[in-house]
Amino acid sequence: MINFKRLLLANAVLLAGTFASLAQADDSLVKQGEYISRLGDCGACHTIPGKPAFSGGLAIESNLGTIYSTNITPDKAHGIGNYSEQQFSDAVRKGVLPDGTRLYPAMPYPAYAKITDADMHALYTYFMQGVKASDEQPPETDLSFPFSQRWGMRFWNWAFASDKPFQPIGGATAEVNRGAYLVESLGHCGSCHTPRGLAMNEKALDSSDSAFLSGGSLNGWDVPSLRGLPRWSEQETVEYLATGRNDKAAVGGEMTSVIEHSTSWMTEADLKAISAYLKFIGGNPAAPAAANTAVSATEAKLTAAKNLTPGERLYLDNCGACHFVTGKGAPRIFPELDQATIVNAGDPTGLIHTILAGAQQPSTAKAPSTLVMPGFAGRLSDDEVAQLATFIRQGWSNKAEAVSVDQVKEVRESLKK
Amino acid sequence: MSQINKEEVDVVVVGLGWAGSLMSIELAMAGLKVRALERGADRGYEEFAYPKPADEYAYAVRNKVMATPAEAAVTVRYNMSQTALPTRKWGAFCPGNGVGGSGLHWTAVLIRPTPTDLKLKTYADQAYGPGVLQDDMRIMDFPFSWEEIEPYYEKFEMICGQSGLTGNLRGQILEGGDPFEGPRANPFPLPPLDDTLNNTMFVKAAKKLGYHPFPNPSACVSRAWTNPYGNQIAPCNYCGYCSKYPCLNYSKASPQTAVMDALKRMDNFSYEVHANVMKVVLHDDKKTAKGVIYIDKDGNECFQPAKIVVLSSFQFCNVRLMLLSGIGQPYNPLTEEGVIGRNYAFLSNGGATLFFKDKNFNPFATAGATGQMFNDISPGNFDGPGLGFIGGAKIHSSQATGTPISTALPKGTPAWGAGWKEGMEEWYGHSMKISITTTCMSYRDIYLDLDPNYTDDYGYPLLRMTFDWKQNELKLQQHLKGIVSNITKELNPDSYSESFLPMDAHFDLTKYVSTHNVGGAVMGDNPKTSALNKYLQSWDVHNVFVPGGNAFPQNFQANPTDTIGAITLMAAQAIKEIYLKNPGPMVQA
Repeated sequence: MINFKRLLLANAVLLAGTFASLAQADDSLVKQGEYISRLGDCGACHTIPGKPAFSGGLAIESNLGTIYSTNITPDKAHGIGNYSEQQFSDAVRKGVLPDGTRLYPAMPYPAYAKITDADMHALYTYFMQGVKASDEQPPETDLSFPFSQRWGMRFWNWAFASDKPFQPIGGATAEVNRGAYLVESLGHCGSCHTPRGLAMNEKALDSSDSAFLSGGSLNGWDVPSLRGLPRWSEQETVEYLATGRNDKAAVGGEMTSVIEHSTSWMTEADLKAISAYLKFIGGNPAAPAAANTAVSATEAKLTAAKNLTPGERLYLDNCGACHFVTGKGAPRIFPELDQATIVNAGDPTGLIHTILAGAQQPSTAKAPSTLVMPGFAGRLSDDEVAQLATFIRQGWSNKAEAVSVDQVKEVRESLKK
Repeated sequence: MSQINKEEVDVVVVGLGWAGSLMSIELAMAGLKVRALERGADRGYEEFAYPKPADEYAYAVRNKVMATPAEAAVTVRYNMSQTALPTRKWGAFCPGNGVGGSGLHWTAVLIRPTPTDLKLKTYADQAYGPGVLQDDMRIMDFPFSWEEIEPYYEKFEMICGQSGLTGNLRGQILEGGDPFEGPRANPFPLPPLDDTLNNTMFVKAAKKLGYHPFPNPSACVSRAWTNPYGNQIAPCNYCGYCSKYPCLNYSKASPQTAVMDALKRMDNFSYEVHANVMKVVLHDDKKTAKGVIYIDKDGNECFQPAKIVVLSSFQFCNVRLMLLSGIGQPYNPLTEEGVIGRNYAFLSNGGATLFFKDKNFNPFATAGATGQMFNDISPGNFDGPGLGFIGGAKIHSSQATGTPISTALPKGTPAWGAGWKEGMEEWYGHSMKISITTTCMSYRDIYLDLDPNYTDDYGYPLLRMTFDWKQNELKLQQHLKGIVSNITKELNPDSYSESFLPMDAHFDLTKYVSTHNVGGAVMGDNPKTSALNKYLQSWDVHNVFVPGGNAFPQNFQANPTDTIGAITLMAAQAIKEIYLKNPGPMVQA
């Protein structure tokens, strides 16, 4: 029988010996760069399941056609192994490759333009020394004319992108400014949370404009405004970003991946900074008062279960087991339906999608449970989903518009693709 | 057939139920490379998302998440002179299968035995005069003190989100809890489940008769719970699909809800399903194991080398694997030499069903553990010596699940057709139960060994169970019948039916009792009478650990899961603190 401790120790010495030369020089810088790659969520687009990290190949559907993410491993033939630090920086900040090719703004370079030189240096060091080279060759992006003419991006960039470095907000605390930097640059939150203009441009790139982070639209889902997040405390925002859940909400849609691969890896201090900044740009709003009468009226009717509308009955039979007659669910497990942004969104696509297809919590270090909300597509007809969604949008203190059968039909069709 | 050799790991875990998942996460957290092999399928949340498990026929009748008899049959006989026959259909017990094992479908009563239950031999020697107890009884003490094991009960109860009322906090008896429980260092993590009508009626009658009822301690949790591994368990919604079902609401502590999500995040842990372990392979000196042989999902024979082997399959599967692998000497009931197969025990149940025309019990609203019980009739708390037997029972009224097939109907109601429908219409929701779950002692000639006639698909002998009721257990049943009968009279139903074992009863393999089979590879202080030391380490092969119900030297009246969790966690701690520093026997015989 071998002594375990000795064995483990021996292995450690052996490993250290092998990699000492490489590891010692830039170890902390590589680690820092790895953290920055998490802040920037590079893996969200450049890593796909079953392929080596950062070897690209994610198909990004856009209005222009399908854009494929590229291999950004240090492989010299298929990746970015030949890039100098300046070339790397130009690709990330300006969307320009060493050969002059211009990237489509699926790559969020308008936000990444604000990354500091120090962070860029760490990021470059990480991609050159901390990432394993891969010779994967992802499919080429081939958009239809005129969007296939990448040179056109020059004018887009001139009109909509900025090469200004990050500007701290005068008079704000260091914490708020750290948050501003993270949100406006690496976090590229505006990519989804800021409304886009006619040319797919984000209408604002920083907090100086009130359109910034005021909500957008993605795959038909309304993306909520982040300005102030009045229903959540700062700590609830921190918890949501770290784990995908808090006492009120559970993550769904595209944000699930952002939490799993980016925000759940952030330090508590950075999450607090982001949370403080989001409160700041909304003018640190007070928490809204709860509308108690409407809430208790719905609760009383569901409890009595007499003379129910079809929507109420569908709710009791399908949803009440977890979200309860209160519509409040349970802290960190079953999200609140009363006042939830996804429930009250102008466009009900997100809610319909969740009812039909369900949702699953990401596994994070602080909250590993991958609890599932089942999809009800196989159980409920379009009409039933419409009635149910309408009840949810108008029950308790919710006051959103009714959902039509056609709206459900459309979302159901989109699930088949 | 050529064998596929796998890469060596620090620990191979055989069976991924409670014991296997707890061992895996504790040892992986210590940095060891752990690989678990599970005979059944993987079982994830998608499989039991609402409302799929709400299907009585699939789960409770057709045993959807259980091992099939072809996978796990044993042979059974009453006594040594008979030829045992195989269980071609499950009856008295029904082991689970797949990731989560029996921990996925349990009723989730999470209760500790009393300190006296754990030192039963000492109590018997002190309280019973010579000749009072049967001379073929072979009960033993658990080889640890209350103070040693208590922190591990607490740890497991925190992992499960145990819900209930505290009865004994550091020696102070608290109103509402069990006054007979051993002292707890800390109160229950969560408040008890809500009561149903039968509970309040039972409590009133029991108190009037001088008993001390308390809410069934439950691992169906009463509030949202985050456990020490970071895993979350949801508040129970009282849907009634617990025993034999995976929980559709993430409300029942199971390896899935309480362990697996955190475990799966660890790079030094991996698992393989449909991996059926055939035997543990020993080094030539038989002092250590070098790994296990298993058949993978494609039928390939594989060898998984490992520095530590954890056998954490179901109780009788663990015993069989030890016998097939030559770990420890097989038990011989004639000479009483050998230890593997010794001290097998089961349990009995029974009770009364009370029918009330004018009461609505709403049986569809319940958790598995919804109910109240009292522990007054447990060893040391009543005059067992005067009555001439040892043991006791939980006496409880638990809300029946409202599923239609299992609904109790008055005697004489037809079991099918129009008569059954009429009976259902008239009596659904109008009955409650008073139930007993008893102790079961161990005996010289009640044991497990390898069957000489029947083999499995791979040609290996099945395990043979020699078991029947003894006078001690039947006397206990008769005593309990009197107690239940008095409570029934107090409640004064319109009619009632009773089910207790008569003094001439034999073990009935066909009727479900509970899957609380214990013993066969028991823990103890003496290698001549036990297979394992107090750290569940084989006395003979020191890098083999065997956590599970197999380690109980006899069965106490408390449900076994809390203790299985506690002894597994204590063993894991010992492996981390003692064994890794100095691999070898951790207890000197």
